[in-house]
Amino acid sequence: MRNVETIKNPDYGMGLRVNVEPTRKALFVKSFKKLCKNPLSASGVVIVTLLLILAIAAPLIATHDPLQQDLARTLSAPSIAHWFGTDEYGRDIFSRIVYGSRVTLYIIFLVTIIVGPIGLLIGTMSGYFGGWIDSAFMRVTDIFISFPSLVLALAFVAALGPGLEHAVIAIALTAWPPVARLARAETLTLRNSDYVVAAQLQGASSFRILFHYISLMCLPSLIVRLTMNMATVILTAAALGFLGLGAQPPLPEWGSMISTGRSYMLESWWLVAFPGAAIMLVSLAFNLLGDGLRDLLDPRTE
Amino acid sequence: MDVLTVEKLNVSFRTDEGLKHAVRDVSFTLKNEKLAIVGESGSGKSTVGKAILKLNPSSSIVTADKLQFKDCNILTCNDRQIRSIRGQHISMIMQDPKFSLNPVMTVGDQISEALRVHQKITRHEAKKAAIKMLHEVSISDPEYVYGQYPHEISGGMGQRVMIAMMVIPEPDIIIADEPTSALDVSVQQDVLNILNELVERKNISLIFVSHDLNLVKKFCDRVLVMYGGKVVESIKANALSNATHPYTRGLMESLPSLKHRRDVLPVLSRDQQWLA
Amino acid sequence: MIRSRWLGAAKKLGVIFITLFGLLTMTFVIGRLMPIDPVLAVVGPDADSSTYEQVFLQMGLDRPIWVQYFYYLQDMLSGDFGYAILTGSPVVNDIIRVLPATIELASVAIIFGVGLGVPLGVYAATHRGRLGDHLTRIITLFGYSTPVFWVGMVGLIIFYAWLNWAGAAGRIGFAYDGMFVSYTGFYLIDTLLSGNIDAFISALRHIALPALILGLNSVSFLGRMTRSFMLEQLSQEYVKTARVKGLSERSVIWKHAFKNILVQLLTIVALAYGGLLEGAVLIETVFAWPGFGQYLTDSLLMGDMNAVMASVLFIGLVFVFLNLLSDVLYKLFDPRTK
Repeated sequence: MRNVETIKNPDYGMGLRVNVEPTRKALFVKSFKKLCKNPLSASGVVIVTLLLILAIAAPLIATHDPLQQDLARTLSAPSIAHWFGTDEYGRDIFSRIVYGSRVTLYIIFLVTIIVGPIGLLIGTMSGYFGGWIDSAFMRVTDIFISFPSLVLALAFVAALGPGLEHAVIAIALTAWPPVARLARAETLTLRNSDYVVAAQLQGASSFRILFHYISLMCLPSLIVRLTMNMATVILTAAALGFLGLGAQPPLPEWGSMISTGRSYMLESWWLVAFPGAAIMLVSLAFNLLGDGLRDLLDPRTE
Repeated sequence: MDVLTVEKLNVSFRTDEGLKHAVRDVSFTLKNEKLAIVGESGSGKSTVGKAILKLNPSSSIVTADKLQFKDCNILTCNDRQIRSIRGQHISMIMQDPKFSLNPVMTVGDQISEALRVHQKITRHEAKKAAIKMLHEVSISDPEYVYGQYPHEISGGMGQRVMIAMMVIPEPDIIIADEPTSALDVSVQQDVLNILNELVERKNISLIFVSHDLNLVKKFCDRVLVMYGGKVVESIKANALSNATHPYTRGLMESLPSLKHRRDVLPVLSRDQQWLA
Repeated sequence: MIRSRWLGAAKKLGVIFITLFGLLTMTFVIGRLMPIDPVLAVVGPDADSSTYEQVFLQMGLDRPIWVQYFYYLQDMLSGDFGYAILTGSPVVNDIIRVLPATIELASVAIIFGVGLGVPLGVYAATHRGRLGDHLTRIITLFGYSTPVFWVGMVGLIIFYAWLNWAGAAGRIGFAYDGMFVSYTGFYLIDTLLSGNIDAFISALRHIALPALILGLNSVSFLGRMTRSFMLEQLSQEYVKTARVKGLSERSVIWKHAFKNILVQLLTIVALAYGGLLEGAVLIETVFAWPGFGQYLTDSLLMGDMNAVMASVLFIGLVFVFLNLLSDVLYKLFDPRTK
């Protein structure tokens, strides 16, 4: 490989190249600028930002109460009064989608704060200690990975009973293995680095090294991985909602909105079309963002 | 007769930090001879070789006053014309057979392919020619090696296969890009001898890109010394010891020798003015 | 050499064994966690307490949990997955019955996925950084991001309700049900073998939409994988060698670079096929496709524990098998591993 590298990137600098160590903040700003320079990842940033605004300012943006039924206006087509039409109880679909963004963010947030630490802990311990701890953890990870995640989540929700929190737990249970694998791989490369060895020589305990040195170094790539994961989380949550196993009515969760709209979809397409488009848009945004972040960190896979 | 004329060749690459000049105003003519291009890594010597075959990546910009192969202007060649030159008229031996041979094609298929691209011959004839060629590069059991995959043969053998592949269409020019530097020292000389013998017998002009002055001195007729993308000196190989340019002199002086005892080898001095 | 190969195979088998064991344990745990009373599910809500007691003992629920676990393992290993409440027949028979429908659907989907995804990936890799590459990237990201069940519904609305191109739900029109001999369980093949062209067209009209939509995800997956595999190969030195020989760009791409990714691609296709099973759970629900996915969701909603656990276990087995298959394919076809 090295030969290929030298042929591809010979150093023509002849000492002209100036190396200035950038500060962390400057690096972040530079990376963010680079991220926004690519129109694809920039649009991801924009949509995610919009989603956040939508969730925070939902009462200001929504035109109606998302739970307010109006049986005189059931299943009315999109109009000026109801931008995205109304559902079978006459509730305003636009407002329900606006409030649904809160549910979506809630799910993403919970799954991420469960999966991140668990994956990090298992991965770093596995990588750092090696031996039987590593084998045991990795076998368990393998078993979880050998199931397709949706089916496993289905089985868990079936066991725990339907509901939003149960869906979150089920998704988290299926989402940690890739994170753990990543953390393990990172730890393996860090384990023998000079600064870790130096800390060991100073007498730092294993746990201190794990939490103060290795975990911190794993964080950036972990965050990228979690961002890319969010799209999958959204889709799985929506699928569970669609099968009636996730959020329960009348909560305006996008997947369950599609599920109930299904009975009326041939006559009233807007019941299904708009919530689905919302799911697609948000998961696309996270995919674009994750893609851009990955390119930034690892230009080879561009 | 001049086979190849290069005048004021410039190659630069577009990078994130702007244009990088890799080759600046390189000019030379190639007759029926063995011409060496030497220089340290990053001096642009390989880039010159690739530019002749238009093999530089699309991120590069190649300009020249003249890039003439016989009566064909390479600069204005379209894709099809350059393809008919590649292999058939100008071919190139790469550095490391471990990477430059296709890992999932048998050695023999790769050699006969080089022939079948340009000539309308049957599979069987191509195979016969390839086996004959393998014999010519001193491979003892050509029929057997023909059916082997690149990972099954040694590096020296791989480079001989590479030579066979590039010589078989009988081109006018071969560009050899550090053909021995990836090889085990013990087989380097064998491979060079085979290359030398074939080139002389088949009347092929050779451009030998290398960083190894000792090798070049013995093996080639003429030497271009490159530094920082420029040709700093063009000199007959047997006159190398009388080189005038300080960079060439520096290179010569930093060669260790088995015959005489020497002091600490001097550090090469560099001067931005050479690039002016 | 030979010894290390045997050792490798033994290790592989060991891993598979442990994985299977883990799968069984996991399904057992999930089964015990279920809030549904397994006895009630069998006897029904109207049974008197003595019947209840009898079934309770019959199912061994009075014994310690590890004894139950042991019996569970024994049952599973002897292929006894119990009876499905929904159909009243052994779960194994049910799965065998619904499987052909899913395999047929997934196979058409994977053909579509490979047929579109691979060329798309090659195209993107060879046009790297240009418009086509960016378009491919957007298309594949869309494929990743769309909820498959939603596309299914939108597809039904557009192509069935509005345009009437596609058939309705199910595998074939009612009129043709039972009008041909079932040789294989695959309607597309059976109808042709029976020489019933009209039935074949009906089956085709029914399978086309769900299969295409199911395949969208694999188009994205295979497209992106192919692109990155090809990019890696195109930067290799042997590609330059091929160009030096004077080969046309098309030969360089397909005869040299693509040939090098074939084995990798084969293993990825095996994995994508597994992923289709997952999508099938959703697509079959939308299209009322009487396959494995629908069986699983129906059992889930009915709280039919035996059927759910057996189905989950079965999918796990299929995944382990596909992983193994991709390993074997790799060993078999890559000359470098010989």
